[in-house]
Amino acid sequence: MVSLKTNLCGIELDNPIIPASGTFGFGYEFAEIYDINCLGTFSFKGTTKEPRFGNPTPRIAECERGMINAVGLQNPGVDKVISEELPKLRKCFHKPVMANVSGFSIEDYVEACKKLDKEDIVGWFEINISCPNVHGGGMSFGVSPELAGNVTRAVKAVTTKPVIIKLSPNVTDIVAIAKACEEAGADGISLINTLLGMKIDLRRKKPVIANKMGGFSGPAIKPVAVRMIYQVYDAVKIPIVGGGGVSCAEDVIEMMLAGASAVEVGAANLVDPYACKKIIEDLPRAMEKYGIKDLKDIIGGAH
Amino acid sequence: MKDLIFTIETNKKIAKNTYEMVLLGDTTDIKCGQFVNIKLDGFYLRRPISVCDVEGDRLTIIYKVVGAGTEAMAEMGKGTQLLTLTGLGNGYNTEKSGDKPLLVGGGAGVPPMYKLCRELVAQGKKPSVILGFNSAEEVFYEDKFKALGATVIVATADGSYGVKGFVTDAFDMVDYTYFYTCGPEPMLKAVYNKSTTSGQFSFEERMGCGFGACMGCSCKTKYGNKRICKDGPVLEKEEIIW
Repeated sequence: MVSLKTNLCGIELDNPIIPASGTFGFGYEFAEIYDINCLGTFSFKGTTKEPRFGNPTPRIAECERGMINAVGLQNPGVDKVISEELPKLRKCFHKPVMANVSGFSIEDYVEACKKLDKEDIVGWFEINISCPNVHGGGMSFGVSPELAGNVTRAVKAVTTKPVIIKLSPNVTDIVAIAKACEEAGADGISLINTLLGMKIDLRRKKPVIANKMGGFSGPAIKPVAVRMIYQVYDAVKIPIVGGGGVSCAEDVIEMMLAGASAVEVGAANLVDPYACKKIIEDLPRAMEKYGIKDLKDIIGGAH
Repeated sequence: MKDLIFTIETNKKIAKNTYEMVLLGDTTDIKCGQFVNIKLDGFYLRRPISVCDVEGDRLTIIYKVVGAGTEAMAEMGKGTQLLTLTGLGNGYNTEKSGDKPLLVGGGAGVPPMYKLCRELVAQGKKPSVILGFNSAEEVFYEDKFKALGATVIVATADGSYGVKGFVTDAFDMVDYTYFYTCGPEPMLKAVYNKSTTSGQFSFEERMGCGFGACMGCSCKTKYGNKRICKDGPVLEKEEIIW
């Protein structure tokens, strides 16, 4: 018998698999086709203080071994998430869930997190710092160690649950940003968010996506993710949620060897709605193939 | 929603850049006006394609070659297996049609009108069909609609076949109680403005997942935000914001 159990900021997970925010809604769409309680947990749709429609369409472009999205954080706002989405989620998911929160100012993050912290089903916060800071000329919080640290401190001050900061890979020095978050009190680091990309339609001779640019995800970005997880693991002591292009059990093992305590699966859910279930069921086979008895033992094993 | 293996029975060109593919598999989950999402080897995202017809274990789809994915589909032969998500989208509501529904399809929007027409005829209704194409070489399925017993008018933009002009130029030739339409967005908007009754519109959008998870295909309606893939693709006239 192999053990898939892992631990994330003091909460035990039955397995390391976490559907990534934005690819799994609030869970109940997937609960129609399989019992989502087989997951380690999942990170729910990025939630903001106010409701957001998001960007104009087209929001999606296909690329080689991946896709670009510019959804623009469409969500009903934190109040409706609490009053409408979480009650539906509670009916089909009986484990702590990861609350993914985005903001366009420090105050946005603080207000949304304060409210979600009171919800019993929320086990962790995953703070998305890739969005532009409206007070910073549109520059993302995630590109500066100082701003990333400020968001972390502000959220930590108003929450009781573990705070995991999700880092943007679109930076010159991911290690400096991860360290700044740890120093500011973060309980974990999640990486990577999508890589900024563009696709041009040769017939129209214009970008496919209305927003022109969007976040590139899928198997093509996995080597970038593995490299960044490896670098950050060397630099911080807090646990890492790894992700970026994960599509199979072997990818999960690779992320954990690089230093991840748990692993997010994103774009794969959109191509195959059963992706996470299949990966969980296939992990024992892959572990046996590579002589792994306990997944916890391989975290950071490649160092 | 089901994720199933379908096997190609036939795959043939029926008009300019237009192919009809008949697939064999479990069709029990498929309703009129829905779409399927097909995984193709070598392409990351699936291809959402409207359901043209379902009969027994035969699923018919019609697709236009518009890019690398549909180019690859056009090359596929009998026996090829395709992983296909079925039962996607809300589909048409045929209860509202009245006795004389009008079906308006433009180009790649013609296929979903076929199963709809067959169902309406089976319900004892007398559908009229307006089919719009750019030119004569793109026309398909006129005879198949006629064989169902529907009154069929074909309009071509260049006048090379049937009525010269757009589908809306043929509206005054028919008497209708309700309408259903699918086609390019400018055509849908023209139908919206020309029509004198209520009706249902089937929309197209670039999709990520096709089953409501990614918010890639959202639109605003008078009743709030909707996902074309899950809450649509069929929207009622009264809720549309252009």
